Amino acid sequence: MTDTVTPGVAQRRELIAFRIGDQEFCVDIMSVREIRGWAPATPLPRTPSFVKGVINLRGAVLPIIDLGARLGLNTSEPTARHVIMVVHIGQRTIGLLVDAVSDIINMSDDLVQPTPDVASDQVKTFVKGLFALDGRMVSLIALDRVLPETEAEAA
Amino acid sequence: MDPFESIKATFFQECEELLTDMESGLLAMEQGDDDSETVNAVFRAVHSVKGGAGAFGLEELIRFAHVFETVLDEMRSGRLALSDEVAKVLLRASDVLADHVAAARSGGGVDEGRTVSMIADLQGLIDHERANELGLNVHGDGSAAEEDFGFVPVVLSLDEPAAEAPETDIAALLSAAAEPSVAAEAPEAATPAWKVIFRPRAEMYAKANESALVLRELARLGEVEVSLDTSGVPALDQLSAEAAYLTWTIRLSGDRSEAEVRDVFEFVEDDCDLTMVRVGDAPERVAADGPDGDAPASAVEAAAAAPLDLAALLARVAPAAEPAPAAAAPAAPPAPSPAPADLDVAGLIALAEKASQDHAQAAQSPVARADPKLDQKAEARAAAGPATAATPTIRVDLDRVDRLINAVGELVIQQAMLSQRVFESGLARSSDVALGLEDLELLTREIQDSVMAIRAQPVKSVFQRMPRLVREVAEAVGKKVRLVMDGENTEVDKTVIERLSDPITHMLRNAIDHGLETPDEREAGGKSAEGAVRLAALHRGGRIVIEVQDDGRGINRPRVRGIAVAKGLIAEDAVLSDDEIDNLIFLPGFSTVDVVSDISGRGVGMDVVKRSIQALGGRISITSEPGKGSKFSMSLPLTLAVLDGMVVSAADQTLVAPLSNIVESLTPRAEDVHLIGGRDAVICIRDTFVPLIDVGVALGFRDTPLPPTSGVAVLVESEGGGKAALLVEAIQGQRQVVIKSLEANYQQIHGVAAATILGDGRVALILDVDALVTTSRRKSPRIEKRMAV
Repeated sequence: MTDTVTPGVAQRRELIAFRIGDQEFCVDIMSVREIRGWAPATPLPRTPSFVKGVINLRGAVLPIIDLGARLGLNTSEPTARHVIMVVHIGQRTIGLLVDAVSDIINMSDDLVQPTPDVASDQVKTFVKGLFALDGRMVSLIALDRVLPETEAEAA
Repeated sequence: MDPFESIKATFFQECEELLTDMESGLLAMEQGDDDSETVNAVFRAVHSVKGGAGAFGLEELIRFAHVFETVLDEMRSGRLALSDEVAKVLLRASDVLADHVAAARSGGGVDEGRTVSMIADLQGLIDHERANELGLNVHGDGSAAEEDFGFVPVVLSLDEPAAEAPETDIAALLSAAAEPSVAAEAPEAATPAWKVIFRPRAEMYAKANESALVLRELARLGEVEVSLDTSGVPALDQLSAEAAYLTWTIRLSGDRSEAEVRDVFEFVEDDCDLTMVRVGDAPERVAADGPDGDAPASAVEAAAAAPLDLAALLARVAPAAEPAPAAAAPAAPPAPSPAPADLDVAGLIALAEKASQDHAQAAQSPVARADPKLDQKAEARAAAGPATAATPTIRVDLDRVDRLINAVGELVIQQAMLSQRVFESGLARSSDVALGLEDLELLTREIQDSVMAIRAQPVKSVFQRMPRLVREVAEAVGKKVRLVMDGENTEVDKTVIERLSDPITHMLRNAIDHGLETPDEREAGGKSAEGAVRLAALHRGGRIVIEVQDDGRGINRPRVRGIAVAKGLIAEDAVLSDDEIDNLIFLPGFSTVDVVSDISGRGVGMDVVKRSIQALGGRISITSEPGKGSKFSMSLPLTLAVLDGMVVSAADQTLVAPLSNIVESLTPRAEDVHLIGGRDAVICIRDTFVPLIDVGVALGFRDTPLPPTSGVAVLVESEGGGKAALLVEAIQGQRQVVIKSLEANYQQIHGVAAATILGDGRVALILDVDALVTTSRRKSPRIEKRMAV
């Protein structure tokens, strides 16, 4: 993965920051393939509630994960103002449903702080680290944990 | 990759092709084709395998190939005659050779016993003294192998006529053709003969006539001596593309009437200068036709596909088209000249070589056949030409092709969406945009077809493995079998091809083991001892049909029925048609043979075949006639990338059910639907109760089932043979859909086989009927496991 944090080696990289509710998160820009508006998804049977369904991305079937629901945040029904970030996770391509993309951040790895122990298990599973940016707190998402079966392997 | 390894990999790839060539040659020989070219082709194949093996030090392979090759060489040189027995031994030897190649490739071992006995069999074909002379005592001692090893590289370049065919060819031709001219000058015998001077004009070639064919025809009338006058051929730089320069002088012995000889030239008479002189009886009669000869004009209907001759072949090379002086020359009989004077032979050869690459069939220089007395070898070499000059091909990584196919799939969907949007926007059908879109649609279709054709392959690659299987199975069960294969060139998508092998293997085994009788039984029944099994492939209605037919005993219906009753597969008093009884053999757990044999009859026979075919979206059926044999036909889609589906809606969702699963659809009547327990319903269709599955509920899209009478029931049959009625809200229609994998980006979902994209650009799910039916049977349609978050 391109967003592996290597301790001790300060590496500069670009991140894409986005908002869910009033919280700010980010992922490595290299794993983002494109950003598009929300389109109604075809629901999948027998899937966890955070899987919104699948959409057609130029002929490929793209599963949509409601990242807010995945993180245990309160989410509302998606509207046309919501955004899908198409990201690569390993060999797969999935869409992450978020509220809005806010920023592109250029920073070095050594500014990332480990997730403090106060966070719930769920947050700790998906958040790789935190950093401060202009007084805001941004959480770095561990993309490889987002898909359900990866979680099953980790458990 | 290590360069040496990659060369080795190439060698094994070539081996596969060589082994295929060898086997098809041997099969032709088995049919009695002892043409020297066929034997040569087989010899070359074995020889090339051996040569390559020598380079890699594959001693086992070399040792066996050497014995094999020696036997073939004996045959090639005419010391060993082709017989049925010989052909069979050679075929078995080819199997062993294939084993050796496979073993060398995988680094595994071979059946030593089989090799030794095979070598013994091969040696048995040659008499002992000869074998000793050839140093063929290879029994297990290493010395022979070493001897071979040193010997191999030397032979490699010795006899590869194919590679240099064009050169030798033309040179041999020119000299061979020139030689008899001397003979023609010799004092004429007293026997009556015709001297014919035949000078084709350019028009003759333009009408696709062929002087070689004329000469061959002439040779049928009697002994001919042909001399070729090439003095008309100008220097190479003045050679015109469409002119004719050559003149033949033919001396035809035998007492033939002028009309008979003239008949030969019937179709070309108007387009050549023809002089016929009666020699051998005085006074000489001259019958000459000038350029404007008044002979009756006959329609030029000669085979348009006639191959080009040398002159035409040369003509193809030089595109400059000048009126031919030679053709315009008066019809005065030119004196045969012994050799071309100003002919740039080297240049000519170079050109001819180039031309032969361009025109595979032209390379089959029919000139070589003009005179039956021509050197046999020259003819063989000429014939070897086309074998090497096949259509140029490239090897492409399958991934790249698949990527292209995916991209085109997206293009097709995008195009369909665009069309729909334009239509919805209310633009007139005659508007430029709409017309442009129509053209785009045609183009897209064409691209899609061409791309699918790239991946399409002839079923030959599967079929060619079958003769060996049949031989081995026949040997194992002690039956005589002749395999007839039809439609080997029928094309089907590669993904289907790969999965055809198992069902065909199974069906062939079954046909030989169960279908055919033993030779004694056959003879007692008035049939030939050798049973026939026919394997055929054909296109029918956008699908590929594979048929396996035997002329054996047919299905023993009372026995099949008895077994089905004994195994509890059907009720004792069930009334079944002949057809239904035949189809019982596809039921799981049905095996008619009491003794479980190696070949088939493990009780997993035909139901496995049926299931694997259904997994491919195919169907299988059987027709049988007692005493006459049975025929299995399986019909498969041409590609796994598209699926024939029924588009239905359930719980506001659009879903696709594979058509291959659907038996019928009907509107349920209230009195036919019965509840079992709380919510499981069954529906009575023609006195049979089948479970009624509400698709919306089964997939968890809704909690309360649809009232059965307000929906449509689709009766489906799962791959396991279970039936169920799927209750949906409506049927939207039948459509071909492109299959898109869900697993690629997500994961497998129970009850969903795959996804597809409809014309409106939305994703629709393809139902996994099998999973739905089995789930219902387990009576747990609501095992929705909400994944822990």
